[in-house]
Amino acid sequence: MSKAINIINSTTVPLDRENVDTDQIIPARFLKATSRDGFGKNLFRDWRYHDDDESQPKEDFVLNDKRYSGKILVAAKNFGCGSSREHAAWAIKDYGFDVVVSSFFADIFKNNALNNFLLPVVVTEPFLEKIFQAVKKDPQTVLEVNLEKQQIMIRETGEAEGFEINHYKKTCLLNGYDDIDYLISMKDEIEKFESTHI
Amino acid sequence: MSKSLFEKIWDTHVVKQIEDGPAVLYIDKHFIHEVTSPQAFRGLENRGMKVFRPEKIVATADHNVPTMNQHLPIKEELSRLQVEALIKNCAQQGIELYGLGHQYQGIVHVIGPELGFTQPGMTIVCGDSHTSTHGAFGSIAFGIGTSEVEMVMATQCLMQSKPKLMRINIEGELNRGVVSKDIILYIIARISASGATGYAVEYAGSAIRALSMEARMTICNMSIEMGARCGMIAPDETTFNYMKGRVYAPKDEAWERSLAYWKTLFSDEDAVFDKEINIQAADIEPMITYGTNPGMGVGVNGTLPAENELEEKEKPSYLKSLSYMGLQPGAKIKGQKVDYVFIGSCTNSRIEDLRMVASFVNGKQKADDVEVWIVPGSRQVEKQAREEGIDKIFEAAGFILRQPGCSACLGMNEDKIPAGKYCISTSNRNFEGRQGPNARTFLASPLTAALAAITGEVGDIREHLS
Ligand code: SF4
Repeated sequence: MSKAINIINSTTVPLDRENVDTDQIIPARFLKATSRDGFGKNLFRDWRYHDDDESQPKEDFVLNDKRYSGKILVAAKNFGCGSSREHAAWAIKDYGFDVVVSSFFADIFKNNALNNFLLPVVVTEPFLEKIFQAVKKDPQTVLEVNLEKQQIMIRETGEAEGFEINHYKKTCLLNGYDDIDYLISMKDEIEKFESTHI
Repeated sequence: MSKSLFEKIWDTHVVKQIEDGPAVLYIDKHFIHEVTSPQAFRGLENRGMKVFRPEKIVATADHNVPTMNQHLPIKEELSRLQVEALIKNCAQQGIELYGLGHQYQGIVHVIGPELGFTQPGMTIVCGDSHTSTHGAFGSIAFGIGTSEVEMVMATQCLMQSKPKLMRINIEGELNRGVVSKDIILYIIARISASGATGYAVEYAGSAIRALSMEARMTICNMSIEMGARCGMIAPDETTFNYMKGRVYAPKDEAWERSLAYWKTLFSDEDAVFDKEINIQAADIEPMITYGTNPGMGVGVNGTLPAENELEEKEKPSYLKSLSYMGLQPGAKIKGQKVDYVFIGSCTNSRIEDLRMVASFVNGKQKADDVEVWIVPGSRQVEKQAREEGIDKIFEAAGFILRQPGCSACLGMNEDKIPAGKYCISTSNRNFEGRQGPNARTFLASPLTAALAAITGEVGDIREHLS
């Protein structure tokens, strides 16, 4: 299966909360696995269930709200702050999201997301507000995220905004390339560097 | 051309600059631990590769380990499997491991500096966000995700874009009872939990220069709590004196050579920063957090923001946070009851922290209904504390001295704060559930935590110092 991403059309899950930290995205007690798989079921665990009991979901949390679903998670400012645990990006991806939209991402989270072909889209505060309003009014609202064109659009109204992504990363995502493949291809240069580096 | 401390180090580590993209950055030292490394080892294995430079990696077991009875097998199965995987992976790949039972075992950010692995001018990474701690020695040190751990294992390099530069100057003398933890909590409260995102931060000024190495580490440690890529302090005599004679610090001729290089590591006079912040040390009070991110802090005599002081947009998050904490907007924080005191974590579990606590509690008794856990950052810290008789002071006060590990900083082992209970903690994060599901955390300095251990509530340490 190709990991590449380009155009994503989807309804969204709106998480209107600022400073969502990686301890919320995936609590530490679920970091004990030694593989990368299966973290999705513990995504936002403590916000999703009472006392860890899956038969007792917290009804008012968006992931438990039947009206909302899709491949795009929309969150308020400073998403992914805190710990460097890549498990946070794995959990979001494993749950089924391909894109996270916010007005501001924490650094390490953004890198981790990109390394897992989870596209972080940074929008302006006013545009984020528009998305939240549109989705609250109509949960069926579809966003179109176009990586090639670097554009995010609310399909119904046609309102759109461009987003930044570094050229190198964009190429990687569009083609399904990993950083590690690139670095491995540079081994000779790295060894040469080492011979002069103190 | 004049350069900042950051640029001097960065520039000598760029293997290649990709046009319109990140740099390929060479990494000098890579720390690993049991939680964020297994998937990286497995990734390498799947590629049929060996670790490229195993001698540049140092491993320890810290996040998941019990802090009582470390000589017994780990009871919790998944934790045990993770620790066993680390032992196996390190043995297979020829990586030095300071695992449970080793005289040098401890929290990764405590043992790196303590053993002399952490040195000025290095690039240092670890699959842990508090890697910023090592910047206190004048190195570029930052946390990475597991995919990046795998990259460094495979090639000793990372793809990184250069951050913007910020300098925070703190001038003058600190008030009595105010320590380095208060400085960093003050800064974060002032610029917010995302105020330094995208920046490498250099701390400078006379108040920083006057700090010991351990106090500097506390500050750099929490750089990540305001979003910074890394935090750093230019090395000086304090740094060199601390390093001299450490187990893995350079010796003899190599020491002299290194020293000559280290002395060039400072920001030139006209180095350019994208942002500068100036702070007067005298303005800083003993600090405490009241909310669920480290930017939600006030002086211990302060009050929580009232609802009408907030912008409409900020209210829902703020109120949710306070409801989690069981606190009211506009309330005073002083006098707030605490149930647990946790003195530990890579922020404040070094020997100076334990000495600071011991000197205050010497001859005093903990409050009846408070439980106090002291978790040293490493076996060496623990040993030193016993040699100095600090353990006796703690015992007499009714404190429990545990064994080294991350412990209640992240509640990954059995050291969890029960739901609804209040814990004053010297760690670095007060996120919801960080110390256990529904646990409530107040972050503070070791002194402020020690006071709460004795009185059972949040107080102003300045009123108790003779
Ligand atoms: S003590 Fe806490 S913050 Fe430090 S490395 Fe361990 S878990 Fe992370």
